[in-house]
Amino acid sequence: MTTAIEITDLSRRYGSTDALTDVSFDVEQDTICGLLGRNGAGKTTTLSVVAGQERPSGGRVRVFGHDPADDSRVASRTSFVKDDQRWPDDFRLREVLAVGPAFHRGWDAELARSLAADLRVPEKTPVKKMSRGQASAVAIVIGVASRAPLTIFDEPYLGLDATARQLFYDRLLADYSEHPRTILLSTHLIDEMESLLEHVVVLDQGQVRLDCDVDDARASAYSVAGTTRSVTAFLTGRTVLSSHGIGGLTTAVVEGAADERVRADAAAAGVELSPVGLQQVVAALGAASAASSAVHHADDGDDLGGGGGGLGGPTADASPRTAPEGARS
Amino acid sequence: MFDDGTPIFQQLADRIAGDVLSGTYAEGDQVASTNEFAAFYRINPATAGKAVNLLVDRGVLYKRRGIGMFVAEGARERLAEQRRAAFAAEYVRPLVLEAAALGIDAAHLRRMIDQETAP
Repeated sequence: MTTAIEITDLSRRYGSTDALTDVSFDVEQDTICGLLGRNGAGKTTTLSVVAGQERPSGGRVRVFGHDPADDSRVASRTSFVKDDQRWPDDFRLREVLAVGPAFHRGWDAELARSLAADLRVPEKTPVKKMSRGQASAVAIVIGVASRAPLTIFDEPYLGLDATARQLFYDRLLADYSEHPRTILLSTHLIDEMESLLEHVVVLDQGQVRLDCDVDDARASAYSVAGTTRSVTAFLTGRTVLSSHGIGGLTTAVVEGAADERVRADAAAAGVELSPVGLQQVVAALGAASAASSAVHHADDGDDLGGGGGGLGGPTADASPRTAPEGARS
Repeated sequence: MFDDGTPIFQQLADRIAGDVLSGTYAEGDQVASTNEFAAFYRINPATAGKAVNLLVDRGVLYKRRGIGMFVAEGARERLAEQRRAAFAAEYVRPLVLEAAALGIDAAHLRRMIDQETAP
């Protein structure tokens, strides 16, 4: 496989704020990669740097082997339309679609027309005056119809209704199957879009938390449930991403694969193991970092006894079954 | 369409295998292409490809170059054999555990199975 995007130790500062710190990941050519993470995680900044619209403060980015900020060969092969894209005052759909071929060699005018019609983009409204959903639809039409070797979507669904979103996914997949290209997209609608993706990168607070194939991401955590006492015993020495409980019952999402040893320990502790979806993994990763940055988070009401100490980092002490309340100190 | 937990390619492979087992696809039939599976189930074509490759590895499907994917001769029996091997762990064990939790003893459970399977 060829690498389309190479990001090495990328950092981006805005004044005294670190938007990205030592971000490194690759995107293989002709794959669909999802960039996930909470608001403010650095998704849009990363996309902007890859698109050559922003310069890194440090590190190295290569798209098709070239620097996107300096090399016009990258710009001509990249499609990145934001939903707040500015257009001349008098531009309507027709004018927007008319300039497509000037920027994108692979532009398919027929695809653009039919997709715009299916997404019900109004023809007479100036693009500047369109609603959020309509502006998103225009961005989607351009992104798909451009057939650019690198196509970037930044939360492309904002303001779109469920029917329009499904249409977008279907048309994107169909066209991608016929004309494979590298697609990098950010999204919060993980449940909805997970099956479109081949690879995921999870950012949190400007750093990469997860970088793997979707299937491996689902296997990178599991959930346990049972009485608070037995769950606490099981969790000792493990990395807890999130947990909550009611009465004497607790469920927790734990980092790692549910391998033989985990299954044996769970059976011995009397807790129930279950797999988690990508959405849960990403939410738990975000929750774990929020908890580790708020030290006084643990409180007996909604948190399990031992979990507070284990949140966000491995606890190296004690064996699972000898210290039921072990992690609390 | 697909649930959490098990990988999507695994779930798709199970579904296609189920269709072969139930006779929806007969042996020798051509099955949908990777792109058709991807479009129908709304999944990434690479994921659909993984499911198809898994079934090729298991001798359920085979590829005819330039033409497409077909159900292999003997695929049904092979699948049935694989599923029989997992039957005890996947069906009998949970059944016995649930029965025990409800206070249904082994003799009672056997009578219930006899009733269900009676002609």
